[in-house]
Amino acid sequence: MFSTPLVIQVYKYMSLQEDHLGTGVWHMQQTSVEQLKQHAIELRKTAVTMVYEAQSGHPGGSLSAADVISALYFREMNVDPANPKWEDRDRFVLSKGHVAPIQYAALALRGFVSNESVYTLRQYGSPFQGHPDMKKCPGIDISTGSLGQGLSCAVGMAIAGQRDEKDYRVFAMVGDGECQEGQIWEAIQAAVKYKLDNLIVFVDNNRLQIDGFCEDVMPLLDLEKKFDAFGFDTTRIDGHSMEQIVETLDTFAKQKNGKPKCIVCDTVKGKGVSYMEDQAAWHGTAPNKEEFELAIKELEGGLPV
Amino acid sequence: MSVTKKAVEKKATRAAFGDEIVRLGESNKDIYVVDIDIGKSCKTDKFIEKFPMQHINVGIAEQNGAGIAAGLATTGKIPFISTYAVFGSLRMAEQIRQEVCYPNLNVKIACSHGGLTPGNDGGSHQAIEDMGVMRSFPNMTVIMGADYHSTRKLIAEAAAMYGPVYLRFTRDAVPMIYDENETFEIGKAKQLRDGADIAIIANGDTVRLAIEAAEQLEQNGVSVKLLDMHTIKPLDVDAVKDCLDIGRIITVEDHNILNGLGSAVAEVIAEAGKGQLARIGVQDRFGESAPYEKLLEINGITVENIIAKANKLLTN
Repeated sequence: MFSTPLVIQVYKYMSLQEDHLGTGVWHMQQTSVEQLKQHAIELRKTAVTMVYEAQSGHPGGSLSAADVISALYFREMNVDPANPKWEDRDRFVLSKGHVAPIQYAALALRGFVSNESVYTLRQYGSPFQGHPDMKKCPGIDISTGSLGQGLSCAVGMAIAGQRDEKDYRVFAMVGDGECQEGQIWEAIQAAVKYKLDNLIVFVDNNRLQIDGFCEDVMPLLDLEKKFDAFGFDTTRIDGHSMEQIVETLDTFAKQKNGKPKCIVCDTVKGKGVSYMEDQAAWHGTAPNKEEFELAIKELEGGLPV
Repeated sequence: MSVTKKAVEKKATRAAFGDEIVRLGESNKDIYVVDIDIGKSCKTDKFIEKFPMQHINVGIAEQNGAGIAAGLATTGKIPFISTYAVFGSLRMAEQIRQEVCYPNLNVKIACSHGGLTPGNDGGSHQAIEDMGVMRSFPNMTVIMGADYHSTRKLIAEAAAMYGPVYLRFTRDAVPMIYDENETFEIGKAKQLRDGADIAIIANGDTVRLAIEAAEQLEQNGVSVKLLDMHTIKPLDVDAVKDCLDIGRIITVEDHNILNGLGSAVAEVIAEAGKGQLARIGVQDRFGESAPYEKLLEINGITVENIIAKANKLLTN
C-alpha cells in the first residue's frame, strides 16, 4: 500500500500549551510529519540519556519503538496531560513493558510529567520504575513488564469502551519476541470474537530478543499472516517511516468494520545509534560515557531514512 | 450468633455465588462476570441470561481472562472471574500477581471446586494449594465461606470493598449453618462458641465438622471455643490472640496444611511465643478420584480426628 511515497504535511494535534493552562479546552494544532520526526529524535535522546543515567534499562527496543510512540503521543492519541485518568481518553498499553524509557520520554515531552524527573529512572522512590507502574506514574494506563500479558488488558479496556459506547480507542504495542507467549494469541482470539475495532495493535517487529534473533530462538513465521489468519485486519509497514505510520493511522486504523487492527512494524532494534542497531547485546545494556556521547551525537545528526 | 439447628438442608457454596452475583448485577451495572468456559458449572448461567452485556466468556484461556478482567477494572468495572479453584489460583497465578495485585485493581476471583470437593475428578482438579498461593500476593484478600448464606454475604462484602479478592466455593453441597440474617465482615472471625479448654479455628467446608466435634467434646465436659475463620487474609489476628490464653488450638481446613489457615494461625502463635497448635488439613499430598468425604477421611479431616487432637492437647 506504500508503493507511492506519501507527502503528508500537516496533522491535527492537541495543543500542549492549552493543557498546561488547565482550561480543559482542546485546541487543534497542526503537526507536520517533520515535527513528528523531530519529536522521535528527542524521545530517543531522552530514553538513551535515562538509561545512561540509570546505568540500567533497555535501549534497543526503546529505539525501535520510538517512531510509533512519537506518532501516537504527538498526533494520534486523544489524551489530556492535565487529567491523565480522564475516562474518555484513548488508552495506550505498552505490553513490551521493558521499553518503558521511550514511553516515559513521551510522557515528559507531552507534559504528563516534568522533563527533568524522568532521569530518576529505576531509582528508589521514582515514579519511573524499571517497567511501567500505573500506581506510580501518571499517564500509564496499566502496569506491565511480564511479557505476553498487556494485550489481554488492552482487550479488557476495549471491551469496556465498546459496552459503554465510548469513542475512545485502545492502542497496544507488543514485541515480536513477545508473540512467542501463548497468552498473546488468547488475547487476539478474544479481540476478534468481541469485534474490537477500537483496538489497534502495533507489533514492534525488530527481529531480536535477549538470546539473539527471534528466528533462531523461536521462529515467529509471518506475523502479518498469523494475525490475519486469526481474524485481524492486518497491514505491514516500515516502522521507522513516519509517513507510513501516519498514513496507516489515518486510514487503515480508523476503519469501523468490527475488526481489530494489527500493524506489523518492521523496525531495527537500536535504531538511530549505529553501534546498537541489530545488536541483541543492546537489549538491556546501558552505554558507558563514550558510548553515550556517541549515541547523542548520532541522534542529533538526525536519522537517515 | 445463632446456629441453625435444622442442619439438614445442604447447598453447595458455588450456588451462593450463582445467586448473589445476580443480585449484585441487578443493582450495579459495573459488575461483570468473566467466564472461562465453565459458566454452567460455576453457576453463572442466571447472570448470563439476565445481564449479557455484563458478561464475557473468554473460552478455555485463563491467563487471558485474568488480563481482560484487569483491563475492565481500569475502566471502573468490577469483574468477577469465574472458574475452578485449581485454575483460578494456579493457571492464572502470574497474571493475578502482575496485572491484578501489583496494580491493586478491583478484580474478584470467584472459584468453585475448592479443596477436595471435586472428589471424583481426581487430584488434577482438587485445589489444595490455592489459598496459600493467593495469600502470598500483596494486596490480595482470601476468603472461603462455610455455607450458603455466609458465602453470599461475603461475596457481597467483597464486591463492596475495593481491591483484589479470592473467593473459594465448594462444588459439593454442604450443610446450612447460618440463617440468612447473619452478618459477616471480611477479616473478622465469626465466633460460633465460647469456651475455655480448647480453641478450634476452622474455615470453609470444614466448619461443619468443627461444629460437630465441638458438640461432642462439650458432651464430654470439654469447653470449646470455635471460630469460623472465613478470611485467612487479612487474618483476624486479634481473634487468634484471644485464643492464646486457652493455649490449645486446633486448625481445620480443606487445604494443604502448608500455607493455608493452619500456617496463618501458626505464624501468630509462633510470634506470640505461647500456645500449642495442631493442624488438620490435607497432608501435603495430591488427591485421587474418590468421594469427597473419603478424601477428607484419608487426610484426617474428620470429626473423630478433631476430637482426638483435642484430647491429645488436653493430656499434654
